Amino acid sequence: MEVNDALIDNLSNLARLEFNASEKESIKKDLEKMIHFVEKLGELDTTGVEPLLHMSPEINVLREDIPQGSVSREAALSCAPVTDGQYFEVPKVIRK
Amino acid sequence: MTINYDAYEIVIGLEVHAQLLTRTKLFCGDSAAFGGEPNTHVSPITLGLPGSLPRLNGKAVEFAIKMGLTCHCEIERNNYFARKNYFYPDLPKGYQTSQHTTPVCKGGWVRIRTTAGERDIRLNRIHLEEDAGKSIHDVIPDATAIDLNRAGVPLIEIVTEPDLRSGDEAYAYLTELRKTLRYLDICDGNMEEGSMRCDANISVRLKGETRLGTKVEVKNLNSIRNVRRAIEIESRRLIELVATGQTVQQQTRSFDAAEGTTFALRTKEEANDYRYFTDPDLPPFQVTDAFLESIKASIPPLPEQLVQKYTRELQLPEYDARVICDDRDSAAYFEQLITHTTNYKAAANWLLGPVRSGLNEKSMDWKDLPVRPESLARLIRLVEEGGLSFSIAAERIFPVLMSEPHRDALEIATALNLIQSSDTSEIAAWIEQALAGMPDKVSEYKKGKKGLIGLFVGEVKKLSKGKADPKLTNQLLLEKLEN
Repeated sequence: MEVNDALIDNLSNLARLEFNASEKESIKKDLEKMIHFVEKLGELDTTGVEPLLHMSPEINVLREDIPQGSVSREAALSCAPVTDGQYFEVPKVIRK
Repeated sequence: MTINYDAYEIVIGLEVHAQLLTRTKLFCGDSAAFGGEPNTHVSPITLGLPGSLPRLNGKAVEFAIKMGLTCHCEIERNNYFARKNYFYPDLPKGYQTSQHTTPVCKGGWVRIRTTAGERDIRLNRIHLEEDAGKSIHDVIPDATAIDLNRAGVPLIEIVTEPDLRSGDEAYAYLTELRKTLRYLDICDGNMEEGSMRCDANISVRLKGETRLGTKVEVKNLNSIRNVRRAIEIESRRLIELVATGQTVQQQTRSFDAAEGTTFALRTKEEANDYRYFTDPDLPPFQVTDAFLESIKASIPPLPEQLVQKYTRELQLPEYDARVICDDRDSAAYFEQLITHTTNYKAAANWLLGPVRSGLNEKSMDWKDLPVRPESLARLIRLVEEGGLSFSIAAERIFPVLMSEPHRDALEIATALNLIQSSDTSEIAAWIEQALAGMPDKVSEYKKGKKGLIGLFVGEVKKLSKGKADPKLTNQLLLEKLEN
């Protein structure tokens, strides 16, 4: 897989992040290393092997349908950069 | 140019999101109830705080499978959740937890009934996912307010194949689906409040064409009726585009119910890239035979079964049976009523007639009907035994029962002096009085105008204020006139 500017731009856009030219270069190098490392796995013959969708040996870790664990509104909003005491406030999403 | 709309076929697929009636959210113990004070049903998991770990609500899985079994789906035994990655302010984690590769229910169908007859609409899948929070645009000036109470509430998404062909079919499908959700008691199906939501994928093509046309997705459909309207309006727009040689753009559009139009929300020029992957925080869940059997056993009698029962065992007309079963609560009431009376036809007549109009008058739902089934059964028996005419029972006694449900039908009838008289001397006196009032009619009758008997009976009914037993009146009148 080729790691080029277009790929970096697309990933930055999806992650809502912005990088300058020198940052892009260093990310490109890092990504290349990571992808090559993982590509090694492609050398294995996996014919007839079921895809592994999950690493956990646990199954059916279910919860009873019983209300518990909520925090107070004050505590919930204490992490919010902007709030009116009732809601999280964010920049206007739609124009009326 | 004139457009031949009939030359085109409309192809519709529906996606329905149904909020499950669990007490808590899909992955944490916050209340899933509608309408709490903003941001009070929230925990670190709902808020997407780092280090918090989700845990699956077993009840939600059970509800999803219940729906799947009812819709004849194949149940996936090995389930995984996936992350659907995108940014939006009402999605605190930056991804929605959904089922991507392994929907819990696959395939299946829903039988619909329209004026054209019965047809099975194939389902593609039913999967579990979490709801997003709510963005409110008009409470804070120049900002959007976010309420996360709804974030994480369990949903099932029910997706059809592109099998529907008209607004009427979509209407019938949604009506059937909502009825099933309500009978199973897994969703309240309230489209106005948003506990059931529907998006419609619509395309058109010339009849006979097998390839699908470019589709548009219409959102903001807050009632079943509006889904039908939106499909009718949007499909006309698409046919006009195609017929005049224009291209249909793949778009997401919104329905404006007041204007009766649709408008573009966004055009899908760049394909969404959700980067789905299996959620590492949620261990897989497996559906065992035992779990599946216990869910099967918990499915209540559904409308189709009840209609069969009412038509075959109780000999009710199919129409009566269907109307009773349209509403889960009216069927439940009827089920109780027939444990107190075996006069099934009368019981059905009461529900479809006076009871239904009584509820309509007071804008009440079946579940709020104050008259107890045993009390209505007693009223039915009074009519059956001839103590009361049906119309007196329906017009005079039933309204009293509606407002004073603790009272007894017979006691009300006695108090209002409405019990029918089968006292021959009393009826004979009314007859005497009636005939004396119209000697010319009597002589006409005697000359052979036998049809006048109805007039005499009516007169006696009037004089007795409905109390004279009509059968006895008829008999006594005949005796009187023929001698």
